[in-house]
Amino acid sequence: MSSKRLSSAEELEELRKEILAKRDPAKPVITICTGTACQTYGSLKIYQAFADEIKKQGLEGSAVEARPTGCHGFCEQGPVVVIFPQEICYVQVKLEDVPEIVTRTLGRGEVIERLLYEDPVTGERIAKDPEIPFYKNQMRLVFGNNRHINPRDIDDYIALGGYAALSRALFQMTPERVLEEIKKSNLRGRGGGGFPTGIKWETTRNAPGEPKYVVVNCDEGDPGAYMDRSIMEGNPHGVLEGLIIGAHAIGSHEGFIYVRQEYPIAYENTIQAIKQAEEWGCLGENILGSGFDFEVRVHRGAGAFVSGESTALMSAIEGKVGEPKLKYIHTAVSGIKGRPSCLNNVETWANVPLIINKGADWFRSIGTDGSKGTKIFSLVGKVNNTGLVEVPMGMTLRQLIYDIGGGIPHGKKFKAVQTGGPSGGVIPEQHLDTPIDFDELTKLGSMMGSGGTVVMDEDTCMVDTARYFISFCCEESCGKCIPCREGLRMLREILTDICEGKGQEGDIKAIEDIAEVMQDASLCALGTTAANPALSTLRYFRDEYEAHIKEKCCPAKACKALTSYYIDPEKCTACRICFRNCPTEAIHGEKNIVHWIEQEKCIKCNSCFEVCPPRFSAVRRISGEPLPPPPAPGTEVIREKKR
Amino acid sequence: MTVTLQIDGKEVKARAGMTILEAAREAGMEIPALCYHDKLEPYGACRICSVEVERKGRVRIVVSCGYPVEEGLVVRTRSPRIDRIRKVLIELIAPTTMVDGEVSGEIKKLAKEYGADIHRFESRFRAATTRCILCGKCVRYCAEVVGEHAIGFVGRGIERRAVFFPEEARACLTCQACFNLCPTGKIPSETDFVVFDGFSIDDYLSGKS
Repeated sequence: MSSKRLSSAEELEELRKEILAKRDPAKPVITICTGTACQTYGSLKIYQAFADEIKKQGLEGSAVEARPTGCHGFCEQGPVVVIFPQEICYVQVKLEDVPEIVTRTLGRGEVIERLLYEDPVTGERIAKDPEIPFYKNQMRLVFGNNRHINPRDIDDYIALGGYAALSRALFQMTPERVLEEIKKSNLRGRGGGGFPTGIKWETTRNAPGEPKYVVVNCDEGDPGAYMDRSIMEGNPHGVLEGLIIGAHAIGSHEGFIYVRQEYPIAYENTIQAIKQAEEWGCLGENILGSGFDFEVRVHRGAGAFVSGESTALMSAIEGKVGEPKLKYIHTAVSGIKGRPSCLNNVETWANVPLIINKGADWFRSIGTDGSKGTKIFSLVGKVNNTGLVEVPMGMTLRQLIYDIGGGIPHGKKFKAVQTGGPSGGVIPEQHLDTPIDFDELTKLGSMMGSGGTVVMDEDTCMVDTARYFISFCCEESCGKCIPCREGLRMLREILTDICEGKGQEGDIKAIEDIAEVMQDASLCALGTTAANPALSTLRYFRDEYEAHIKEKCCPAKACKALTSYYIDPEKCTACRICFRNCPTEAIHGEKNIVHWIEQEKCIKCNSCFEVCPPRFSAVRRISGEPLPPPPAPGTEVIREKKR
Repeated sequence: MTVTLQIDGKEVKARAGMTILEAAREAGMEIPALCYHDKLEPYGACRICSVEVERKGRVRIVVSCGYPVEEGLVVRTRSPRIDRIRKVLIELIAPTTMVDGEVSGEIKKLAKEYGADIHRFESRFRAATTRCILCGKCVRYCAEVVGEHAIGFVGRGIERRAVFFPEEARACLTCQACFNLCPTGKIPSETDFVVFDGFSIDDYLSGKS
């Protein structure tokens, strides 16, 4: 990258032409996902191996390019490698596959069958990534560029039309026009609340007091959610461009990007993006020669989930403890240092350039009446295809889980999907045809949230699920106000007791009392929503709570204290598999002799249940009923022919 | 500028910028609160002073110590919902402050008023009884009024504690302003010069810290 400050819209366009002129669309580019998930599989080494191999085979320079990119989304199958222009997608690529890919696919144009994605349902191998069901049913407006861009190289972003929206906003639109366009688009906050973005911008714009601040909230922390991380890591310029456009519309000249401590790659890529944008004149003083100044600083969090709450985040930026403040004036009016501060989530900012480029009408054409555009979800849990998916609003949960997620693994039954993270709730089977929409999900007692989507199958206990999320919030509450601190403490104790078979009469009433007081009286949104997982599981699975309390039975057979393992003497064939897999030597038996479990030694790790061959299915989980006695010592196996 | 609002059916005049709690108290009406102090910035941690406010037909629950008065605002300081909040909050903090099966002071008064069963969650409370409800009056008074930082918070969530920082305690021996602020009586009971978990001012002054 040569460095030269751009001082007009025309210069930006010329630069874009120059970059594109140097790029032959037919030239093979091999992109290697180096998002956090694929990096943990060693994708950086794979990238390096590609670069070395290309050099070794004399293909470097004009012939082939290896490019490290951000997250592609199909984390289940990482490390993911896509070869352009054919869009051949190789999954679970290993270091030793690299020379073969370079020789065969890049050199001779052959497709390596064994590295292709295999559809778990049809068994068919699929060569091109747009044809993989996981990708095919998505609409990747915000997230789609990730697979083309090296996040450390601004040229890649500019080549794809980057900063054109900024140039348009600065030179062809007034701040008022930009604001109108965002309002008209009906973009709503992607962080969870769904507040109309345009109205928030307008509030800050009209609020008295200077300077005004704009802030990116990248303190994503819901269990299992990593949408914002992947955008920030994979396409930091997209967020930055949105932020600058917002600043221009609001009349702000100073911004902050709050990146949580646990996202080192997002942090580094953001710093690098800011540096490059400043060098090119897309950020800093006199942006693109327009006379508009804007600077941005990155604030690194210190590891508190509650800092994602707006007043807490702003306290942290001020250098204080990241703790929510008592406020009845919105931060859009009085935020950082008491100044008007417009805070939006990463995904919200990343939508802004799209709306400016394609117009509010285009944006409004996607989605439902109340929720426009797309939403990125991190689809995790008991689902075949885990990863990040971007879908138009209005798609049903069933389509999301079955068409994209590929359904539930191992032929198990779907039980519920948890959306909205620890502030959200569970949605059961009967509501799976609900369209994804801010208001529809709220009606079901859950919420859109930032996009965490945890799929649960029949083996998941709903009381235990509530206990998990309540414990999470209990550890993440700041502890300032009584309802949140003491309410979560007590909910955790009660739920833990219920899961351990120590539930008491009156516990359900106590949970409801505490939960409702937390909703009514907590200081910030963490507290007012923290009891939702308990309330929503109670709403749909009250019978499970009652079974735990009254019958000491866990219907899902997941709560260890309420579940015992038993080998059915009539089905056991003494195959020795469970015996060999038991980590505590709790299983007794020998060849031809029916096996049995010594309950005192059993730690209920579930190994025997999992390894017992399905054709025997001799290991049973028993909950809420008495355990049958073990077989008499030396009972012989009943063989098929004897039956 | 004055604004007129209605508290429990009674018209109350207040200065703009006042909070509901201040306006109510000035009009001789009592709203209970544990973390409120007239010399300190509103903090909103105990939530006992929660009230219902109605504006344009929309009812919300807010804390009266922080919510500014507005023209035409209708405030209800008691209602089934508010009473339940106060009852459950007292039930939740009772085990923390209990000594020999009894709560004392302000907590005892509120428990009686709102029919709170102070033993409701006792068997499930498995943490140490600190006698501190983390209202932060001592911490904030020290910082905001005295201008020292001898007491502060450490930890997060249920691990949160108010602690004494001996190296900042230059003024403690003569100040002692926090002694009478504590709503549970923790500090006065321990201030025969024992301050916070077995550490006394004497220890500090004699260099044992």
